[in-house]
Amino acid sequence: MGVGTLPQKSAETQQGYRKPQKAPWHGWWEIIPIVFGIIWFIIAFYPVLYMFMTSLRPLTDFFTDVPWLPPTHPTLTNYSSVLSGDFSLAFVNTVFVTVISVFLIVIVSLFSSYSISRIHNRFTQVVFSLFLIGLAIPLQATIIPIYAIIINLHLYDTLFALILPSVAFGIPLSVLVLVTYIRDIPKELYESMLLDGAGHFRILRSLVLPLSRPAIITVVIYETIQVWNSFLFPLVLTQSSNVRVLPLALWTFQGQYTTNVPAIMAAVFLSATPIILLYIFGRRQLLGGLIAGFSK
Amino acid sequence: MSALLKQERATAAHRARRDTWVAVLWSLPALAFYLLFAIIPLFIALYLSFTSWNGLSSATWVGLKNWLALFSDSVTGHSLLLTIEVMIISWVVQTPLSILLGVFMAGTQRYRAVLSVVYFLPLLFSAVAIGLTWLSLLDPNFGLIDTLLKTIGLSALAKGWLGDPKLAFFVVMAIISWQFIPFHALLYLGGARQIPKELYEASTIDGAGRLQSFFSITLPQLKYTVVTSTTLIFTGSLTYFDLFWVTTGGGPGYATRVLPLHMYITAFPDENVGYGSVLAIVLALFGVVLSFVFLRFTGFTRMASQREGL
Repeated sequence: MGVGTLPQKSAETQQGYRKPQKAPWHGWWEIIPIVFGIIWFIIAFYPVLYMFMTSLRPLTDFFTDVPWLPPTHPTLTNYSSVLSGDFSLAFVNTVFVTVISVFLIVIVSLFSSYSISRIHNRFTQVVFSLFLIGLAIPLQATIIPIYAIIINLHLYDTLFALILPSVAFGIPLSVLVLVTYIRDIPKELYESMLLDGAGHFRILRSLVLPLSRPAIITVVIYETIQVWNSFLFPLVLTQSSNVRVLPLALWTFQGQYTTNVPAIMAAVFLSATPIILLYIFGRRQLLGGLIAGFSK
Repeated sequence: MSALLKQERATAAHRARRDTWVAVLWSLPALAFYLLFAIIPLFIALYLSFTSWNGLSSATWVGLKNWLALFSDSVTGHSLLLTIEVMIISWVVQTPLSILLGVFMAGTQRYRAVLSVVYFLPLLFSAVAIGLTWLSLLDPNFGLIDTLLKTIGLSALAKGWLGDPKLAFFVVMAIISWQFIPFHALLYLGGARQIPKELYEASTIDGAGRLQSFFSITLPQLKYTVVTSTTLIFTGSLTYFDLFWVTTGGGPGYATRVLPLHMYITAFPDENVGYGSVLAIVLALFGVVLSFVFLRFTGFTRMASQREGL
């Protein structure tokens, strides 16, 4: 850390060596970024806060309470009524789809990224370009033919209908991030392993895997969020309530209980909780990895 | 040829053969998934665009009928226009604000790191969750925004935000900006962090103020990030389906029927998969062409050294 955009304001952060120059304030307009930062904090946070507060409001209070203030009689009944319905099943389904999809994405992308970064021949370069093109294709454009394919594979209305396309669309970005990372592993490390007579599998397992852990974590977190929150695939490829995943369940829930806004907010919050937890524990890796991946 | 040289050649040949084997085999699973569910579907969409299909019974070949219909379809023209508007408005709104936010976050004061944790919250929620929350906030009867306006005496401004054909589009654009500004701010944060401190110190010695440094150092150094962010904004604009669907469903009327939505509605609720496939191809082509254009553009910027002059 430490490469700031503005020269340090306080000398204490520079621990005594070389006192930093203070940039003079030239005008009132220089406070704009700070004001914006604070305004944005409110804009970003308030809707989430509202979501949470409303979820704790009993339905009767919802029509009488002041919307922007905390609930007068906070209650957990919204949460219990949401969880007692189909929603819990949707939760389980989503976990299933997400875990399997992300697992497949990582494994498949890791092997492919290794071969792309380490072995330079016509094939790997073509494969890499093919994956990069995938970043340009809007997923929405393929939903109609994927629907046709899934029906022909007799997988319509199953959880596997969700897993397969999710894996396919998670591959391009994951490969990009992993290839950029694996490429940076110093050649000498590879060479010393090759001298030991190591085959590619051993190199992958003992060298690349441990060293590319940050990239793998970034991919895991990013793809988890993508798959967990995906809506279009479930909308088109599933139908029955027993294979519903969370975003779709939210949508149907809202259709069923249009006026019960507190319950809807409880459902919304529940559906996002695992991701929020993931964010709290994995924030640095996700953000660091995303910055690194997109900067190249 | 010496025996040692022969042996080295053999090992090298063996290694090359093994490498080719690994190169092919190890990419096969990824390639399989990808070809089957990302590339081949494009060709299938092409095939379907020449058919008439309701999604349930069998498809019948109709040749160029759907494609010819494309040119006389005003709804599609409107959708295309809306989609382009999405791109431009997204860029105009999100880029300056993201730069401001990213540069703000790059500062080293500790409170900024604390605030940053909250900034990324919008990225965690599904578009459905965001849409439903904002639907509630914007509700004309019990929504927070209208209630607030009425309470402070501005009830003339309170209206059905998403039900107004003239406003709905811009309201959804605002929600989209809310959702994605944190992401682009993150990119700019990364870009700003890479700017060498020496540049700022040199300018401070010359007496430059913060504003001057911002325009003469920060912005030019962020050029590459601007290109990346812009590319993502433009190609991303083609993918906004979930939010539009949940908040307005394309309406009121056709006011928010952007291209992905138009494609979906045509194929599934309207059961015209053939024509929907035409739209799918249009969408895919749009994305690929846009990406190629931007990739070309990026190629140039990548060459320029960012540490020039040091």
